[in-house]
Amino acid sequence: MTHSIFIYILIAAVVSLIIRALPTTLMRRQITNRFVRSFLYYVPYVTLSVMTFPAITKATQNPAAGYAALLVGILVAWFRKNLFETAIMCCLTVLVIEFLL
Amino acid sequence: MSKSYSLKYEENRSELVKGMRDGIPIGLGYFAVAFSLGITARAISLSPLTCMITSVLLHASAGEYAVYTMIGANAAYIEMAIMIFIANARYLLMSCALSQHLHPDLSFFHRLFMGFGITDEIFGISVARPGTLNPNYMYGAMLISIPMWAAGSGIGCFSGGVLPGRIVSALSVALFGMFLAIIVPPARENRIIGVLIAVCFLTSFLMASLPLFSGISDGTRTIILTVVISAAAALLFPRKEDAQ
Repeated sequence: MTHSIFIYILIAAVVSLIIRALPTTLMRRQITNRFVRSFLYYVPYVTLSVMTFPAITKATQNPAAGYAALLVGILVAWFRKNLFETAIMCCLTVLVIEFLL
Repeated sequence: MSKSYSLKYEENRSELVKGMRDGIPIGLGYFAVAFSLGITARAISLSPLTCMITSVLLHASAGEYAVYTMIGANAAYIEMAIMIFIANARYLLMSCALSQHLHPDLSFFHRLFMGFGITDEIFGISVARPGTLNPNYMYGAMLISIPMWAAGSGIGCFSGGVLPGRIVSALSVALFGMFLAIIVPPARENRIIGVLIAVCFLTSFLMASLPLFSGISDGTRTIILTVVISAAAALLFPRKEDAQ
């Protein structure tokens, strides 16, 4: 059986929207449960950390460049606290390391 | 009376501009990632236009990749629906977390549209805003980054692999640089977050490399670790009631 690309995309779009918008539209009260509040507070940090490493070392042609970008990224973020600077410095690190290696 | 977020007010316009400014680095990173996604879409012979429409509707790297793989495999519709649910399940958690930062009287359409705008990065910068989140900030970030995501995927689909590998390699870490810029600065003020990041890096690395777990996909690994580690942190270090 062949499937329509547009039905695939429609289903994907609807499922994505439901996942994203169900809690924001339905959860109107502040959660008072301390565990749930704490859990939700930690979620973004954990998700972003888990997605960063080891993925950053696999995104580059040479893993060493990925490790270097991770180190530089942590240092720049720690001292400069700036989104754009951190992103650019990571890119430049990879460009330089992969040029040298 | 609910608070007005109309752009008639200077305060709301300035939030929109702030969001757009913070959306620029996100958009640049997106452009690079979406470019490589476009190359994947080209491989299953999607047109650049279809690819761009998909990108506007889904704007999720893992999710779109999953969809393209499923289309390529001529998978059943239900199979693809489950796959995209798994690949995007973390947005459900993020949406719950985001709902706690919204004004209780905020209208349905604001809530719907803000939910639609959730991506790892837009969520990250939005929850990092102090106090109640002004929707215009999030809209500003969406207005810049989602079109760049769509443009990147369309151009990637159109032009294929014209960028040298070295450039693609460098651009692809922009996204991770942004993640670091979101998670690292709070670790200066809160040591628990610093320890948490280290634990996440270690467990994520182990889970990706140990033979027992290495068959688990990146998306599933993210969900499992997010739930387990966040729950453990919430049990061990519950937040004080008055803390933001």
